[in-house]
Amino acid sequence: MMEAFDILATASLWSAVLRIATPLIFGVLGALICERAGVLNLGIEGIMTMGAMVGWLTVYWGGDLWTGLAMAVLAGMVMGWLHAMLTVPLGLSQHVSGLGITLFASALSYYLYRLWVEVGDLPPTIEPFQPWPVPILSDIPFVGEVLFTQTPPTYVALILVALIAWMLARTPLGLALRMTGENPHAVEAQGLNPVRIRIWAVMVGSGIMALGGAFLTTAAFNSFFPGMVQGRGWICIALVVFASWRPGKALIGALLFALFDAFQLRLQTVVEGVPYQLFLMAPYVLSIVALILVARRARVPEALMQPYRRGER
Amino acid sequence: MRFERREEVSLPALILAPLGAVLAALVLCAGLIAMAGVSPWVAYGEMLTGAFGSRLAVTETFTRASPLILTGLAAAVAFRARLWNIGGEGQFYMGALAAAALGHSALVGWPLPLAWVALAVAGMAAGAVLLLVPAVLRLRFGVDEVVTTLLLNFIVLLFVGLMVEGVLKDPMAFGWPQSVPVAAGLRLPDLVPRSRLHVGIVLAVVVVLVVWLVQARTVFGAETRAAGLNPRAAAFAGVPITATLVKVALLSGGLAGLAGAIEVLGPVGYVTTTLSPGFGYAGIVVAMLAALHPLGVVAASVFVATVFVGADAMSRATGVPSFIADVIMAVALLAMLVALLFTTYRVRR
Repeated sequence: MMEAFDILATASLWSAVLRIATPLIFGVLGALICERAGVLNLGIEGIMTMGAMVGWLTVYWGGDLWTGLAMAVLAGMVMGWLHAMLTVPLGLSQHVSGLGITLFASALSYYLYRLWVEVGDLPPTIEPFQPWPVPILSDIPFVGEVLFTQTPPTYVALILVALIAWMLARTPLGLALRMTGENPHAVEAQGLNPVRIRIWAVMVGSGIMALGGAFLTTAAFNSFFPGMVQGRGWICIALVVFASWRPGKALIGALLFALFDAFQLRLQTVVEGVPYQLFLMAPYVLSIVALILVARRARVPEALMQPYRRGER
Repeated sequence: MRFERREEVSLPALILAPLGAVLAALVLCAGLIAMAGVSPWVAYGEMLTGAFGSRLAVTETFTRASPLILTGLAAAVAFRARLWNIGGEGQFYMGALAAAALGHSALVGWPLPLAWVALAVAGMAAGAVLLLVPAVLRLRFGVDEVVTTLLLNFIVLLFVGLMVEGVLKDPMAFGWPQSVPVAAGLRLPDLVPRSRLHVGIVLAVVVVLVVWLVQARTVFGAETRAAGLNPRAAAFAGVPITATLVKVALLSGGLAGLAGAIEVLGPVGYVTTTLSPGFGYAGIVVAMLAALHPLGVVAASVFVATVFVGADAMSRATGVPSFIADVIMAVALLAMLVALLFTTYRVRR
């Protein structure tokens, strides 16, 4: 038991927490932007897969790591555009369209990867992002090692949380976005176009989701392989509800989740006689528990999943 | 652009929509095949011969179609009531585990038809209970069932791993993680000798007919439809929405569980973590291509099985990655969504 507590006191655990949380932070932020504008995006699992593939492939083909991230965002936005076209102007079921996007984006990623990359016994690798210690700040004991010795995409994720929180709460753009998710008719009465806002929100949100996938292949690992997103997208959908659609709480949710994940990983090596599958199940069980705890109190955006048609009530 | 609901959907439109969607998917994916440097004509030709070119190919295609019919039906009955059951994969595995566990020894010596009924019921019960949890969570706590059923798929797959490496591990499998086998006497008989095609497909079609009759002729069928079309109006008209959704969940989960049980009792004989090549997820595509109609499910299953069995052969012959099968499915699903929109709405400028 003591050993379990010892684990909690190590900087390496907390550093891992931030690393594990990074793809989730991107995913939750992306999903949050879509949903705040009134569109559920269940394409996330596939969009993350696509981001992981495109980001990796760009670097494999000689692009630098930042170009890889940019291309991933672009690919995510294309998928988001597709989902937006089907659900916003056409008003198709957001559930089914999202699932279709997930199937499409992951199948296409695997297909193109197989087509373009020679895979032997082991998947080919790239030189991934290395941890980048922030000057001065990284010298602070413990905190410096945990917070300021991460890979660059993790810093991007943290900055995005603040940026999106500020955008939603303080800017006219954020207000318009939130209103589109609550009452698109009121938005139209203001002379804005809710259809266009929704399309852009889904595209931008999907681009951010793709970053979560790209982080996996360009920073956390150095190769791409089928099934590597491993349900992280679905966990993000659960985390959005847990966060009641707020960026700050989304960060906390992703960190809590990652803490649990990192802790169970280390616990596996300490506790013997417990099948490893039980540890692996824990994150998924936890997501469901989190949903149950919060679902009742959650204040869902009023117009979420309601197709908006002009002049119709 | 505006959409106006059509008074009624014509029968030809309902049949043409899936055909158009499938055609669109094949045309769009032809570009991806061409990128591999292979002529789409050649590739699709190989796909067709791969699925129907020989006796073995035909039986293999229908062997693949049988679980798809049941998982597709499972998705269709649930979607009809707007219960988004995406957990067919997990329910399939639970049914398979139940059948393997009981079929190994517990039911040996029972009169045969009775043992089969018991195994089928066990498989259905296992699948049904698994979907009951998300259904209750949605009805009691308002938790979206899409996420819970999906997360349960991951949990169940790990649970299957736990079982086939643990209590259900076959000690005779030379250390391979696979479950104890179903007793030879309890296996379903083959339909075509010297092939993997077994009576499971007949069973699946019978189940389709029963479900179709139930949907078309019974109060439960009418209540499901009402709950799916407009739950608020249905509740006002006195339809017990909660009870209906619980029944739909039991039926849907049960069908997917039955698919798993039949797969174990029929062609495979034991459970591994790779028992299903995604039958649960493909079932969603089947259900959509069938426009949620039970009879359409049979046709859509054969199409999906053709693409998957054919893609493997095509991949061996031409080198086009077999992942193209998944791409075709996904594009067909998206195209079908759009096609359905135009069968139920007309466009006004």
